[in-house]
Amino acid sequence: MSDRFETHEHDVLIIGAGGAGLRAAIEALAHGAKVGVVCKSLLGKAHTVMAEGGIAAAMANVDSADGWIPHFRDTMRGGKMLNNWRMAQLHAQESIDRVKELEQWGALFDRTSDGNILQRAFGGHTFKRLCHVGDRTGLEMIRTLQDRGVEMGVDVYMECTITKLLKDGDRIAGAFGYWREQGRFVQFKAKSVIICTGGIGKSWKITSNSWECTGDGMALAYDAGAELLDMEFVQFHPTGMVWPPGVQGILVTEAVRGEGGLLTNKLGERFMQKYDPKKMELSTRDVVARSIYTEVKEGRGSEHGGAFLDISHKPAEYVKQKLPSMYHQFKELADVDITKQPMEVGPTCHYMMGGIRVEAETAQTTVPGLFAAGEAAAGLHGANRLGGNSLSDLVVFGRRAGLAAAEHAKKVSAPNIDASEIERAEREMLAPFDQSAGESPYAVHRDLQDMMQSLVGIFRVEDDLKTALAELDKLKERATKVRVEGSRMFNPGWHLARDLQCMLTVSEAVTRSALARKESRGAHSRIDYPGLDEQWGKQNNITKREGETMMLKQVARPPLPDDLKKILDE
Amino acid sequence: MSEAVMQVFRGNREGGSPVEFRVPITPGMVVLDALHHIQGHQAPDLAVRWNCKAGKCGSCSAEVNGRPRLTCKTRMDALPTDQPITVNPMKTFPVIKDLVTDVSWNYEVNKKIPAFKPKAGTDWKMYQEDIDRVQEFRKCIECFLCQDVCHVLRDHDKKEFAGPRFMVRTAALEMHPLDSADRIPLVKKELGIGYCNITKCCTEVCPEEIHITDNAIIPLKERVVDEFYDPIAKLVRKITGAK
Repeated sequence: MSDRFETHEHDVLIIGAGGAGLRAAIEALAHGAKVGVVCKSLLGKAHTVMAEGGIAAAMANVDSADGWIPHFRDTMRGGKMLNNWRMAQLHAQESIDRVKELEQWGALFDRTSDGNILQRAFGGHTFKRLCHVGDRTGLEMIRTLQDRGVEMGVDVYMECTITKLLKDGDRIAGAFGYWREQGRFVQFKAKSVIICTGGIGKSWKITSNSWECTGDGMALAYDAGAELLDMEFVQFHPTGMVWPPGVQGILVTEAVRGEGGLLTNKLGERFMQKYDPKKMELSTRDVVARSIYTEVKEGRGSEHGGAFLDISHKPAEYVKQKLPSMYHQFKELADVDITKQPMEVGPTCHYMMGGIRVEAETAQTTVPGLFAAGEAAAGLHGANRLGGNSLSDLVVFGRRAGLAAAEHAKKVSAPNIDASEIERAEREMLAPFDQSAGESPYAVHRDLQDMMQSLVGIFRVEDDLKTALAELDKLKERATKVRVEGSRMFNPGWHLARDLQCMLTVSEAVTRSALARKESRGAHSRIDYPGLDEQWGKQNNITKREGETMMLKQVARPPLPDDLKKILDE
Repeated sequence: MSEAVMQVFRGNREGGSPVEFRVPITPGMVVLDALHHIQGHQAPDLAVRWNCKAGKCGSCSAEVNGRPRLTCKTRMDALPTDQPITVNPMKTFPVIKDLVTDVSWNYEVNKKIPAFKPKAGTDWKMYQEDIDRVQEFRKCIECFLCQDVCHVLRDHDKKEFAGPRFMVRTAALEMHPLDSADRIPLVKKELGIGYCNITKCCTEVCPEEIHITDNAIIPLKERVVDEFYDPIAKLVRKITGAK
């Protein structure tokens, strides 16, 4: 093992400190493992903090008829049956206890009049199911998990980026990365590694995602030989801000619609009547996003190319109490008082349903010792995620991953790190400093975002996707030649040069999978194949690395057991 | 398209100076957009912390025209355009590079505060009116602007004082209806609440509009007084079991 670098050893190394990573850490610590958490930002700033509307769990505090069965059914139907049924079942069953546990660790959810956790309506959920804290549920969750983890004594490596997973033969051996602050390299030796790195939104121009969402974990796992699943399913949230330009894409929580917000076009029509007359504004996100997109495209959009979302018919005090951050966000950033005026909203790239393929019970990937949970993992949400099912995903499968990773670490011996792998990782990181004539990584990133936005967006078509693949080849070539200015000390240009590699990998996986799936299902809409296809409904897309080539294959979706099939037929 | 002149601090622990950049202004632009424009077109190695760009994560704190602010919520059109816009790192914390400061001290202070400890045998019933105040405190996004502006930390470098942020966190725990721990001795000694002389600067800069001084610090000061200087009140609390 190379001794040139600072080295840390852990039983379980967790990459990412959002909800899934912190919940995994808590569970692994509880099972006696020595745990390290690495995160690109400061602790408590992960993307979970931006989750607004709530966490879905069939507590039945407001609607007594709710239970895990309706939650399971809603999740599967929302995902257009492409979900991993076992994950959907575990999620619906276990999310209730995971919410109670958060409360026992100090989280303070909004209350019902009889002193229980209040639940609100959300798109695709049959019952009022989302436990929430106004519109800042993610903040409450991350702070609660952060406090719990700190109390348990977790080691956190803040502002540290992992650039490579290390292997010992077939099994995982640790990870290599750099400290963002000083630019020094660091290596981690670990028996188990859990990837909790979140999403990929930064490959698109209009996105609700932060700079961190560059698909690192998926690209790291792919490079290490793990399989990616159903990468074509990218969720465009129907309601992002559209004006002014600087705020384009910032999320407008679905809770606005959950609390009674109405969508209209410039003619004043409640256009959801045309697209989903039964569920209207509370239809699933894929449907609402396509509806807004269509209204705008057909000339019925708002002044700045969106739809109107109006909550001003509710009492002003109620709006401020239930949607405080939306009130402030629009007032301060867009000069709009949402208690009096409608908001202008349009689709924004928000969430990745696809990701690392995992085993349902243990969150184990196809690489021994490598686990994944949260947005970085795939399976639970199928072709479309319901709002509120992400926060619950984080704690249900974060816990399961932490448990399985700790158990795995107990069974295996200490791995060996291959010095040549470290040297290669180091060389790759330093290469941009040797370029004298290359372009700025920011320029390549802008072009990637523009290209993915226009060619691999909400509506897709074969010609566009093929053009996108050709464009990706050019962008990859340009990315190998980017030039970095300045030193290694806290250098965002250098950081982006590395993140760009991950974004290109996941963008290619998304595009290849989207090209392969010749049907429209959930968030994946093909103009040239507008309907559901029976055969495609029975199979998942798998992306895997073979040498230097990205290979795609289809595997049969695991068959539903009879008892669950009966639930779905009801 | 009009242009803004930005004077952005560039430097590190050893020192530094303002560097001038010209940035085109677009409608609704915020200071963080301008910093991103500088990174994207002029200085790719300009160090800036940010995450959500929506006022929810508290990463992008800096001092704009001398005032501690979230750069993602500071509109360019709210600043005077006849003079350069200055952007400096938070003064209270050591500079790492450019606008990025070393805020690790805050994470160390935080570890001193005992976590939530639920009352034994609780049925977890809580009513909205009993948690409204605590929910106000839990809006804190840890931007550390209150720590930055606090003159005890900023001008006197009295790190014996934990600062407004940790008064807020402690108040949230102390006022949680089901908490059973007693952090008042900690508040008095290790967190040094006596250093605060309630000038309310922290409240003024809080982007979450938490009433830090009135709702968190003053009630904690009162509890310290009750516990340490009022034996009768202490006796009453012991008998009634109230906190």
